[in-house]
Amino acid sequence: MSFLSKHKVIETNATLLLVLSLLVVSIGGLVEIVPLFYLDNTIEKVKGMRPYSPLELLGRRIYIREGCYVCHSQMIRPFRDEVERYGPYSLAAESMYDRPFQWGSKRTGPDLARVGDRYSNEWHVQHLINPQSVVPESVMPSYGFLKHNELDGSLVAKHLSTNATLGVPYSDEMIENAAADLAAQADPDADWEGVEARYPKLKLGDFDGDPSRLTEMDALVAYLQMLGTLVDFTAYDAEANFR
Amino acid sequence: MDYETVRHAADSWGLVYLFVLFVGVIAYTFRPGGKKAADDAANIPLKEDK
Amino acid sequence: MKLTLQVIALAIAAVVALIGAAQGADALFRAHSWVLLLVLVLTAFFLLSRGQSRTVDSTGEVGYMDGPIRYGVVATVFWGIVGFLVGVVIASQLAFPALNFEPYLNFGRVRPLHTSAVIFAFGGNALLCTSFYVVQRTCRARLFGGDAAWFVFWGYQLFIVLAATGYLLGVTQSKEYAEPEWYVDLWLTIVWVVYLIVFLGTILKRKEPHIYVANWFYLAFIVTIAMLHVVNNLSLPVSFLGSVSYSAFAGVQDALTQWWYGHNAVGFFLTAGFLGMMYYFMPKQAERPVYSYRLSIIHFWALIFLYIWAGPHHLHYTALPDWAQTLGMVFSIMLWMPSWGGMINGLMTLSGAWDKLRTDPIIRMMVIAVAFYGMSTFEGPMMSIKAVNSLSHYTDWTIGHVHSGALGWVGMITFGAIYFLVPRLWGRKQLYSLRLVNWHLWLATLGIVVYAAVMWVSGITQGLMWREYDAEGFLVYSFAESVQAMHPYFVIRTLGGLLYLIGALVMAYNLVQTIRGRVRDEAPLVTAHAAPAE
Repeated sequence: MSFLSKHKVIETNATLLLVLSLLVVSIGGLVEIVPLFYLDNTIEKVKGMRPYSPLELLGRRIYIREGCYVCHSQMIRPFRDEVERYGPYSLAAESMYDRPFQWGSKRTGPDLARVGDRYSNEWHVQHLINPQSVVPESVMPSYGFLKHNELDGSLVAKHLSTNATLGVPYSDEMIENAAADLAAQADPDADWEGVEARYPKLKLGDFDGDPSRLTEMDALVAYLQMLGTLVDFTAYDAEANFR
Repeated sequence: MDYETVRHAADSWGLVYLFVLFVGVIAYTFRPGGKKAADDAANIPLKEDK
Repeated sequence: MKLTLQVIALAIAAVVALIGAAQGADALFRAHSWVLLLVLVLTAFFLLSRGQSRTVDSTGEVGYMDGPIRYGVVATVFWGIVGFLVGVVIASQLAFPALNFEPYLNFGRVRPLHTSAVIFAFGGNALLCTSFYVVQRTCRARLFGGDAAWFVFWGYQLFIVLAATGYLLGVTQSKEYAEPEWYVDLWLTIVWVVYLIVFLGTILKRKEPHIYVANWFYLAFIVTIAMLHVVNNLSLPVSFLGSVSYSAFAGVQDALTQWWYGHNAVGFFLTAGFLGMMYYFMPKQAERPVYSYRLSIIHFWALIFLYIWAGPHHLHYTALPDWAQTLGMVFSIMLWMPSWGGMINGLMTLSGAWDKLRTDPIIRMMVIAVAFYGMSTFEGPMMSIKAVNSLSHYTDWTIGHVHSGALGWVGMITFGAIYFLVPRLWGRKQLYSLRLVNWHLWLATLGIVVYAAVMWVSGITQGLMWREYDAEGFLVYSFAESVQAMHPYFVIRTLGGLLYLIGALVMAYNLVQTIRGRVRDEAPLVTAHAAPAE
């Protein structure tokens, strides 16, 4: 009976109630999230992943700022229709440098995980300025202002070094050259040798149709054009990475 | 720690543990001796105000 | 003296804002700092113009501190209307994209404004004020911490204003329902810790030996939200005077952390807290104790234990490992049981007093709320089954599900509680009009039914169109065709939302008149033969 009356202690002791509740609500999260950091098959072994180039990284910031994730997913599920519509299903490895992730939760517009290389730069610019002019059924807003906004690259080295601190493999060389690489990627007259060596499979050249300026449009299109193009799927072993 | 050991733990002792805990909590809450305390507590909102 | 201190605190904050406005590392941070400065200046003017007359909470009250609760009720109604209005706006944008005005009023920036306004501004204020009301009444003790409760109220409003203006400017970290950037997150953390201290302090000094179960739910809500908020928002700013930060987690780990947060924002913010409301206001309005107090204890422990596991069902068939998806699905299905236990407990509180359903529109509102809770907590587990989810995920079905929970459960139980509170908090004998409550009830219910039904149809249509093959094995529809097919549903959905908004405006009118002490000259809702409704 003395054991049974202990129940009253919980119901009448606020601090105990607080601590017990906190314990009870911690368990689920601990069991589900912590192993993701330790089980080594969580992230598949793939060839081709690299950190974002400075221009892509700032383009990604614009993607986030404009809330693109609200209507576009970047996560192709392993279904026949999705693989045919969008390309090979998404791997965890493909977002291993994404802070935060952009998998999305709603497809008011199509998935963008592999939109890179699907359309020309000109198409993207036209589509962002006036979506209905290329896709009449679209309900997407216009993003023409991106073409007028000069890209603010003053903090780009700090963007890279912040990511490096958190574990993204940006080398010192990449951080040192961040500002130069940012300018070079979208400049048709630049010397591309260095930036190309640092960021393999890089899309180079003017993106927004105006080579004289580096705009937010350049950055966003550069980001969109690289989405899903890094991993070499001919070298991917799906069996070995089964989880 | 690998996946297999965690899964074995979950579907053997983990399962038993949670089930016993569950039955224990139910039995404990609905033990006959607790009825009066529960009825008193249930009336707290109705007896304050005036 | 108090006024002097307040003005000094505001001045210090204004200096910080000015530094941010002048020295900010990026344009957005500078713009956001100007917004903060403007808010602080306006607040200072407001305080000074009122002078020393700031004695709001001692007007006629001996024991309980009701000032922040009255303000909270007003804020709940105000932000509710703002949130519903923005919802109607973005619904219209989806139906008619010409209604987007770049860059500040594009859908991508306004949708987070809608979700945060409804969840955190409307729902959050409702939770703040009802928890302060309930904890005092059920503990028979005045709020702990004196003016700390005022700090919680005003600090929370500042959080809302900073979050909302940030979204329109483009300050966001893109984690759904956790969009505010690192500095706004830090501010909320401070406010939240003070909230916990006020709430827990009040419980600790209670005169009632037992802690009433509503307070358990409120306490679990406060503590769990603190845990979720802190962990999910762990990030490293690019500059300590800048608006950009990078998440401490990446990719798949970040995804699960976010949906562990996101699902439990639903589980603890929109469910546990509002269940606290149900366990107090339903018994009060029905004038009888809760059906089974012991069931409510089981409900509590089962709910808080199970909910936290359900996050992975937002990530079915993604690159999240299968074992985590399976765990999420299994626990989501189990969650059905405590949810319905709670629903039955709420509904059965009326057993022996079912006639009140006929005579009392406030009880009716609460019952509809609980009914929608039951429906959503059945639909949720069903949608977490992987086979169902493969169709429903990424479609409007999810949007419909969320709204039947948010408009039906959260909205209706809040309206019921507000109709209960306003006459009591302002010392009025009755509401201005029970007939208008009834109008509100039916406008809102009709709005939700239209909204949810249309979203089912559009969601399932979308899902089926995406996966439809013809006889030769080709996909039948392009994505754009599925967008075009949504148009009529998007239009009707907007109308559903509009009905709900009009209902809320009717409530606002009714409450303003009640506070002014008016009583509408109207025929009673129920005609004479059903006499004994006191």
